Amino acid sequence: MLLFSCPNCGPRDETEFHYGGQAHVPYPKDTDAMTDKEWAEFLFYRDNTRGDFAERWVHSTGCRQWFNMLRDTVSYEVKAVYPMGSTSPTPGGQSPAGQFPASTVQTQQKGAQS
Amino acid sequence: MITEHLPEHPDFLWRNPDPKKSYDAVIVGGGGHGLATAYFLAKNHGMTNIAVLEKGWLAGGNMARNTTIIRSNYLWDESAAIYEHSLKLWEILPEELEYDFLFSQRGVMNLAHTLGDVRESIRRVGANKLNGVDAEWLDPQQVKELCPILNISDNIRYPVMGATYQPRAGIAKHDHVAWAFARKCDEMGVDIIQNCEVTGFLKDGNKVVGVKTNRGTINTEKVGLCAAGHSSVLAEMAGFRLPIQSHPLQALVSELHEQVHPTVVMSNHVHVYVSQAHKGELVMGAGVDSYNGYGQRGSFHVIEEQMAAAVELFPIFARAHVLRTWGGIVDTTLDASPIVGLSPVENMYVNCGWGTGGFKGTPGAGLTFAHTIATGAPHPLNAPFSLERFETGALIDEHGAAAVAH
Repeated sequence: MLLFSCPNCGPRDETEFHYGGQAHVPYPKDTDAMTDKEWAEFLFYRDNTRGDFAERWVHSTGCRQWFNMLRDTVSYEVKAVYPMGSTSPTPGGQSPAGQFPASTVQTQQKGAQS
Repeated sequence: MITEHLPEHPDFLWRNPDPKKSYDAVIVGGGGHGLATAYFLAKNHGMTNIAVLEKGWLAGGNMARNTTIIRSNYLWDESAAIYEHSLKLWEILPEELEYDFLFSQRGVMNLAHTLGDVRESIRRVGANKLNGVDAEWLDPQQVKELCPILNISDNIRYPVMGATYQPRAGIAKHDHVAWAFARKCDEMGVDIIQNCEVTGFLKDGNKVVGVKTNRGTINTEKVGLCAAGHSSVLAEMAGFRLPIQSHPLQALVSELHEQVHPTVVMSNHVHVYVSQAHKGELVMGAGVDSYNGYGQRGSFHVIEEQMAAAVELFPIFARAHVLRTWGGIVDTTLDASPIVGLSPVENMYVNCGWGTGGFKGTPGAGLTFAHTIATGAPHPLNAPFSLERFETGALIDEHGAAAVAH
């Protein structure tokens, strides 16, 4: 069982959370102009990183809020937890679990989903 | 008692050659699929100047970690065709490979626990029959007759409302399957090279011409990827992406018991599948862990839920002790069907996305993938399982239809 630090509720068991897959996949801007290949990319292709991976989780049985997490997919170590709408912290950053380095967190332009 | 002499070491079943400078084809991944592909390349297509590269030891990945279930009762025509062909190969392979790997056609039951399950199951039995796959619908009493240790009482959380049954399905000894293929490959001149990790690919324009490894560069005309959970990593080295996600999948065995379980029982709804190995261990598998992971281990609550389901369905397991648990890395696709075919890189071919059910597909994957590599075009059986289906929308959606758990 993994232990995750919810940004709102603190450290909780993994079973309280649900997985949302890769973070920072924006909804396509001009859907009418998209090719089949572009649709395939958006619908079916996600990074499958071996190593630090930015992903989304929701604290289903707690605050029910979504947040982002940078996690090593080999060791499963949580490298950073940061809010939706922020850019991914630099991979490999030594930020402790449950915190994120303020210098690397920027708010994306409105309309960009994370 | 004093043992004076250790018994003589048995003969090795295959050589351990150093890699040559070049091969006609290189298969990356020395698991079941890689070995089966090499076997059919040599046997059906006369390609014997080929190598299988394995970064660890032979068949030490998912081939050593699966729960050995073999069946072909898939819903859709495309799946039924390739898995049934695979099952027919399982039926002749012990003789062809001259190796008794204990293929036991003891049948597989897929339990139904809800009215939805029942309807879906009966529909699948009908579809199976139309595709020449043996399938029956069993009511709870028939389930009990076939597998007396199953609890069919109404007083459990998910009562057994019936089951589909495929009599020709069963289990086999996974390690021995790999060794059987490896020995035959070796006899035909295929080089099986262990401890040989691929670190990159040599390309001439968009055509692959070689493989970089920790044991030197190998030139080759064709490359076949059979790396299961690590397929994305290899694809990235080659410069393309695959629509797969790698997840941990866990399984466990109990201590040895006398034979009590005559068949194989699977339940999608409660996420457990159970058989009993020839030696006597109860072998159980779970559903995948939700998160992406390359760690070959998962979270304990998944095992806990799986055991809870198993003990409710099989009350006599309550006092059995877990001997060991483990995890593998499974490469899942969004339609729960594999990808076997061409890749965006010329002369490079991919076999991946078998997810939680690759073991049963070993011979079918090998046969069709070998055809694809040798001829540069898919075999009719793997043509529907192309990478393009994610663009065309011709998905083969086996989620739930033929069992989430494989």
